[in-house]
Amino acid sequence: MITMQHVCKTYKVSKRDAGFTSAFKALFHKEYEYIHALDDVSFTISDGEMVGYIGPNGAGKSSTIKILSGILTPEEGTCLVNGLIPWKNRIEYVKSIGVVFGQRTQLWWDVPILDSFELLKEIYRIGDADYRRNLALLAEMLQLSDLLRTPARQLSLGQRMRCELAASLLHGPRLLFLDEPTIGLDAVSKLAVREFILQLNREKKTTVLLTTHDMQDIEALTSRIILIGKGSILLDGNLEDIKHGTDSAEAALADFYRSHNL
Amino acid sequence: MRLYGKFFVMHLKSLMEYKTSFFLTCIGQFLVSFNVFLGMYFMFQRFSNVEGFTYNEVLLCFGITLMEFSLAESVARGFDTFDNMINQGEFDRVLVRPRHEILLVLGSRIEFSRIGRILQAVVMFVYGFAVSGVRWTPAKVIAVLFMLIGGTVVFSGLFLVYASICFFTIEGLEFMNVFTDGAREYGKYPVSIYGKRILQICTFVIPYGLIQYYPFLFLLDRGKPWYCLLPLAACLFIIPCFLLWKLGVRHYTSSGS
Repeated sequence: MITMQHVCKTYKVSKRDAGFTSAFKALFHKEYEYIHALDDVSFTISDGEMVGYIGPNGAGKSSTIKILSGILTPEEGTCLVNGLIPWKNRIEYVKSIGVVFGQRTQLWWDVPILDSFELLKEIYRIGDADYRRNLALLAEMLQLSDLLRTPARQLSLGQRMRCELAASLLHGPRLLFLDEPTIGLDAVSKLAVREFILQLNREKKTTVLLTTHDMQDIEALTSRIILIGKGSILLDGNLEDIKHGTDSAEAALADFYRSHNL
Repeated sequence: MRLYGKFFVMHLKSLMEYKTSFFLTCIGQFLVSFNVFLGMYFMFQRFSNVEGFTYNEVLLCFGITLMEFSLAESVARGFDTFDNMINQGEFDRVLVRPRHEILLVLGSRIEFSRIGRILQAVVMFVYGFAVSGVRWTPAKVIAVLFMLIGGTVVFSGLFLVYASICFFTIEGLEFMNVFTDGAREYGKYPVSIYGKRILQICTFVIPYGLIQYYPFLFLLDRGKPWYCLLPLAACLFIIPCFLLWKLGVRHYTSSGS
């Protein structure tokens, strides 16, 4: 159960004009601008739900995920996940969540995947029996058995993403945050990742919150979408609320962005 | 501790993928820091002593400081590239792990090529001992042990401060090297030779004096007996460093992605 209430997050960004003179000036006097990444954001997600979190670049998606995973502390508002405040009880809290950043890897570059997994076993203090069971299950669902002995640097992006998902789930989290899990993947890998997320949600009742720009991800995976733009939630409903019966979700979404000046 | 061991093994495994580079770096590190030794040697060719300390005494002082620094470095150098870690967003990953963030940051970077430096420190340390002409008593041996402990803690604290500052500026601060690598360089000589003002700063602000000058006087029979306990007091330095780090983590704003 995730509840976010009236959450605000502001970043201070330094500003200056291009050119050497202004660069020199900025050395002594910096002008700052405050950017409201999140402005009074509230929503609730129940256990076992799968929610797509969409919005244009810079809308505040990653900030939301980072607050929910205990990385960032918001200035205002409350946030309660499974009864804990993410940034206050961080170490206790993160045991129950898994996070995948599609653009960054958590696997060690030069050693076989299995070694990375064993380090995670140590970090999360996973018991031997649990570890073996989870690993066997994930390896089967994601077809990893051939990859486990290969160093991450020799894997394709699609193969690595499958390993990435497994790495985030070894400790059996109840909650999974996916930040652009299908970015840059080919069609086959995308389908494999989607299939896996669906299966995970169905069989293990894992709550999933995913951000993506790929509307096919949304169509394949989630019944509920939360749409954020310029730090505020613009829509909390399902894909039909955007499509209004039109064919292409992509085009409908673009229209929606345009009509809201995003 | 077990986790740190695990990290250690992981780095070793990664390293073995690139053998030649490893050995060359080791040798390089070993040779580079011998420059310092040569510099001292040539200086004492011209002057027989500095501020009442003989060449051999200074050598002992240098050996101990270098050892302290190398020990701290082998533990806390993970902080050295911390600005990188923040810029690349790797620190986000650290924060979603259920372990203390300092342990994970340290584990993320263990540099085996520092073995060259440590080796050099050991050589200097042993050589300094042999030529110093100090009459060794059990109390003095313990004092040296305290110096090593205190020194490692103080230098580690400085590395921690270095990393903490990255939270506020997102850029590595070269000036901090004055306090870390710089301290190793001017730690060749007992701090008193730099004048009274510097000695005061090195006693009350950044306690270099407590891990080097005062206990060193004790080793040479020129100081009061309780000087040998000062390195332990210097360990308190880690507390404000740690608080600064905590403050930094709270201020952490991540980088966009």
